[in-house]
Amino acid sequence: MHTVEGSRAPAVAPRYLEAAGLDAAALRSSETRLARFLAGLPGVDQVGCDARAAALATRSIKTTAKLHAIELAVSMIDLTTLEGADTEGKVRHLCAKGAHPEPLDEAVPPVAAVCVYPDLVAVARAALRGTTVKVASVATAFPSGRASIAVKLQDVRDAVEAGADEVDMVIDRGAFLEGRVGAVLEEVVAVKAACGSAHLKVILETGELGTYDNVRRAAWLAMLGGADFVKTSTGKVAPAATLPVALVLLEAVRDFDAVTGRAVGVKVAGGIRTSKDAIRYLVVVNETTGPAWLSPHRFRIGASGLLNDLLRQRRKQLTGAYAGHDDLSLE
Amino acid sequence: MSEPRVDVRKTYKLFIGGAFPRSESGRSYVVESADGRFLANVAWASRKDVRDAVAAARAALPSWEGATAYNRGQVLYRVAELLEGRRDQFVGAIRDAEGASARHAARQVDAAIDRWVWYAGWADKVAQIAGSSNPVAGPYFNFSVPEPTGVIGLVAPQGSSLLGLVSVLAPAVAVGNVAVVVADERHPLPAVSLAEVLATSDVPGGVVNVLTGPQAELVPVLAAHRDVDGLDLAGATVELAAAAEAAGATNIKRISRRVAEDHEWGHDPGTARLLRFIETKTVWHPIGV
Amino acid sequence: MSALEDAPTSPERFEYAPAPESRAMLHLRSSYGLFIGGAFTDPIDGGALKTVSPSSEEVLAEVTLAGERDVDAAVTAARAAYEGGWGRLTGRQRAKYLFRIARLIQERSRELAVVETLDNGKPIRESRDVDVPLAAAHFFYYAGWADKLDHAGFGPAPRPLGVAGQVIPWNFPLLMAAWKLAPALAAGNTCVLKPAETTPLSALVLAEIIQQAELPAGAVNIVTGDGTTGAALVAHGGVDKVAFTGSTEVGRRIQETVAGTHKHLTLELGGKAANIVFADAALDQAVEGIVNGIFFNQGHVCCAGSRLLVEESVHETVVGLLKRRLSTLRLGDPMDKNTDIGAINSAEQLARIVALADSGEDEGAERWSPPCVLPERGWWFPPTVFTQVAPSLRIAREEIFGPVLSVLTFRTPDEAVERANNTTYGLSAGVWTEKGSRILAMADRLEAGVVWANTFNRFDPTSPFGGYKESGFGREGGRHGLAAYLDV
Repeated sequence: MHTVEGSRAPAVAPRYLEAAGLDAAALRSSETRLARFLAGLPGVDQVGCDARAAALATRSIKTTAKLHAIELAVSMIDLTTLEGADTEGKVRHLCAKGAHPEPLDEAVPPVAAVCVYPDLVAVARAALRGTTVKVASVATAFPSGRASIAVKLQDVRDAVEAGADEVDMVIDRGAFLEGRVGAVLEEVVAVKAACGSAHLKVILETGELGTYDNVRRAAWLAMLGGADFVKTSTGKVAPAATLPVALVLLEAVRDFDAVTGRAVGVKVAGGIRTSKDAIRYLVVVNETTGPAWLSPHRFRIGASGLLNDLLRQRRKQLTGAYAGHDDLSLE
Repeated sequence: MSEPRVDVRKTYKLFIGGAFPRSESGRSYVVESADGRFLANVAWASRKDVRDAVAAARAALPSWEGATAYNRGQVLYRVAELLEGRRDQFVGAIRDAEGASARHAARQVDAAIDRWVWYAGWADKVAQIAGSSNPVAGPYFNFSVPEPTGVIGLVAPQGSSLLGLVSVLAPAVAVGNVAVVVADERHPLPAVSLAEVLATSDVPGGVVNVLTGPQAELVPVLAAHRDVDGLDLAGATVELAAAAEAAGATNIKRISRRVAEDHEWGHDPGTARLLRFIETKTVWHPIGV
Repeated sequence: MSALEDAPTSPERFEYAPAPESRAMLHLRSSYGLFIGGAFTDPIDGGALKTVSPSSEEVLAEVTLAGERDVDAAVTAARAAYEGGWGRLTGRQRAKYLFRIARLIQERSRELAVVETLDNGKPIRESRDVDVPLAAAHFFYYAGWADKLDHAGFGPAPRPLGVAGQVIPWNFPLLMAAWKLAPALAAGNTCVLKPAETTPLSALVLAEIIQQAELPAGAVNIVTGDGTTGAALVAHGGVDKVAFTGSTEVGRRIQETVAGTHKHLTLELGGKAANIVFADAALDQAVEGIVNGIFFNQGHVCCAGSRLLVEESVHETVVGLLKRRLSTLRLGDPMDKNTDIGAINSAEQLARIVALADSGEDEGAERWSPPCVLPERGWWFPPTVFTQVAPSLRIAREEIFGPVLSVLTFRTPDEAVERANNTTYGLSAGVWTEKGSRILAMADRLEAGVVWANTFNRFDPTSPFGGYKESGFGREGGRHGLAAYLDV
């Protein structure tokens, strides 16, 4: 083997960001300026974006790479239950599963977090005491976000006071589609303030935004507002997370990092059911933002059934045999 | 008292860039009628005249190919109107050149005019028979459009001094090409008369250029000229045609081979010549939101 | 301030484990004869050639180098089939045979992809996902035309030309064979195909497929060999139609050879395509298009976007995004399913690329490649980008036919068009802008046979492909592709 002495690509801030004079305060002070900035972001060609995502999905991740990816994916899961019928019992079972996913092998890491409604945060917190698993709570009148700002902020405070480590808010899609981007931004800022020391994930509900161009713009709004993570979906609306949407978000956080030096995470949620899906997302992360994002600190997968599929695939990799449907606890 | 009238003899010059220059070499050659009468001294084009004609054609190309097809059709139809007006002149010219009977000459002129009209009407329709929307297997809009090849050197058919010329010239220019014509060597006068019609029509200068002179001198220059995009060797001799085709390879010219001397130009030409000096451009664009 | 202070400072790389495609389904013979008159035969006056895998220099098989008398035998067999077994068939019958071939290609697709990758050096992912499926699709498409020629816009009963002599290059061996054979056969011609010297194998497997399809003997004949074989075929008096894909230099010589003969000719030659990126382009997709345009198939593509013309105001941004993107390209064993960049097809081609790339540096352009590990054996060249390129440099004007991109700038659309068209080539062009009217204006003005707008390197059997100017004449694909093989 011989090495071509190439050079690392220099980190170049996209000129359009510099030209816009990325000054969050200035952008906050004028909705017109903010709207112009968002309109000036590069568009996204849908077919090209879909094609790139499809090409990344052809990567063949086998053997040791697959095992590593499975374990990494487990560590990135926000194990989620967001049902009207959720009870304390349901939440406790979920926490137990998340804290010790693989009873046969303690080497399997716990999930990153458990995600519940605000009124079950305290239950989750108690159940997860002594583990590294975080408590994430949805808030801001999840999933629709259609309530007064006062109610939405109170929702956040309730979650934080109950002990949530992370808050998953929803943006006001109605305001976004009306063009009231200033209002969308202000809400993110206000929720971030209400979060205190809790991390903020901002759900864009990409399935309602209509175009990848809008996904990019909404992601920028969230990041300008102080998001720690941008998140695709509530999981209550289809389409939820898709590889192309994830690609757009990863490109957005990559660009934001290049300009501001601030690394925002990405969470994909909704419809990710199989290990194959999860590994595909990891490949997209790897080849878009790079290995620095391949950690639960910067990438999360919101899911429930996925965990068992990851465990099944892990067992198959290690033993060679396909699992039976009752080999794993359902919760 | 009536004196016998001394007629005013016509000087036949080259037609380059919309003007009628003499050959820069100053030479001329004698053109006789079919029965051996002196008809005229016509300009003997030199290689520099070829160069100038090609340059004039190249200069005229952008606006001719950039004109709407409708506009080209209109311009060409007007040429037919002018030809009709000069019908008798052309009948006389063909009688002199080919020794044809009045009836035969008239038939040829009528056929030539009608053919010109036919091609004028094709200008805004070629895209609809030569273009296509292509159903590719993916989310792309894909269409093919015909475009003119560019500067075409045309060796006029020998022996059919008007109808043959119209049959090779009209289709080439109808689709947007520009032309440098090497006229029928022995019977160039109808070609030069056609040039006069073009000069008084709305055809922009340089779109059609007409050179008179020996094809053995002129064709090789055109063939080797790297700013000529296509070559119609219809009226070239067998040896000249072979040599021209080989020389044309220098810039991958599109070659239309020679036609037999006894080719019947009166028959329905079909669309083959119309589509001969055409390039097909295919465009892809994604279909997405 | 990052809210994620506890992020690891140097996380592990996500290493993709080797993912090699298996060679198990491939059954190469140790030596191949010529495919003439429906059977593999020994040469009369020919010799032998070894074909090697460019990624390992391993000898894959021995093939025959057809001599003049072998070429004559092939043309004779094709003539007999034209006047008999193939020429007397109806369009409907020809169609059925072509549909059989299309299906067989699909059935043996994995095997064909493996042989193509081994013989050519291109990544298995490309052979599998692009070359082989498109080859099958071409046969499907033209099969459907065989019995509809009366309605194809060429008059009521267009006749075929006779025997087609077809010479193809090494960059898409199977696909180029399909592009030549399918329309020729559909139109009622018979064929003598001469694959490239360094990539004969997929054509020979195709010959086996033709046997399995039980095509009438002599309808397709395949004569492997080198440049002399091709020259003999082109010059043979029994050939009615010559179709050539390759370099402009050789195309010119072929045009000279057929001058003054009765032979019809179509040529698909070289290119130096401009890929034009405007400031308002969808930048991430444009970067993908740039990468695909010049690094797909190691840049061994006549229509490669080898000149990036980027609007000056976004030059730095685009080059930055491009370099970042290039660092994720994976160069290596073409049989690995994750490989993006495979081997250069031959030592000769590598030498040409090296020489031209060196000229770029000598003439003052700035050269950059991502860090890259090149395998010891085989012929390899890292993806390379030249910036500070003036339009007069050799790397801006000459076809390199390798993974080397020259970056130039422009200020206005007029300047972009002028710069893009200022070449004797005219095969393809790319345009990237979100403004619709500008896309159409650029497409209208670019002197190229294929214009890819907001995309690149898309191929389809229904889509006519071919060049303006010295990139050749004639079209392959679509209804237009029939014209090359009919007497029209």
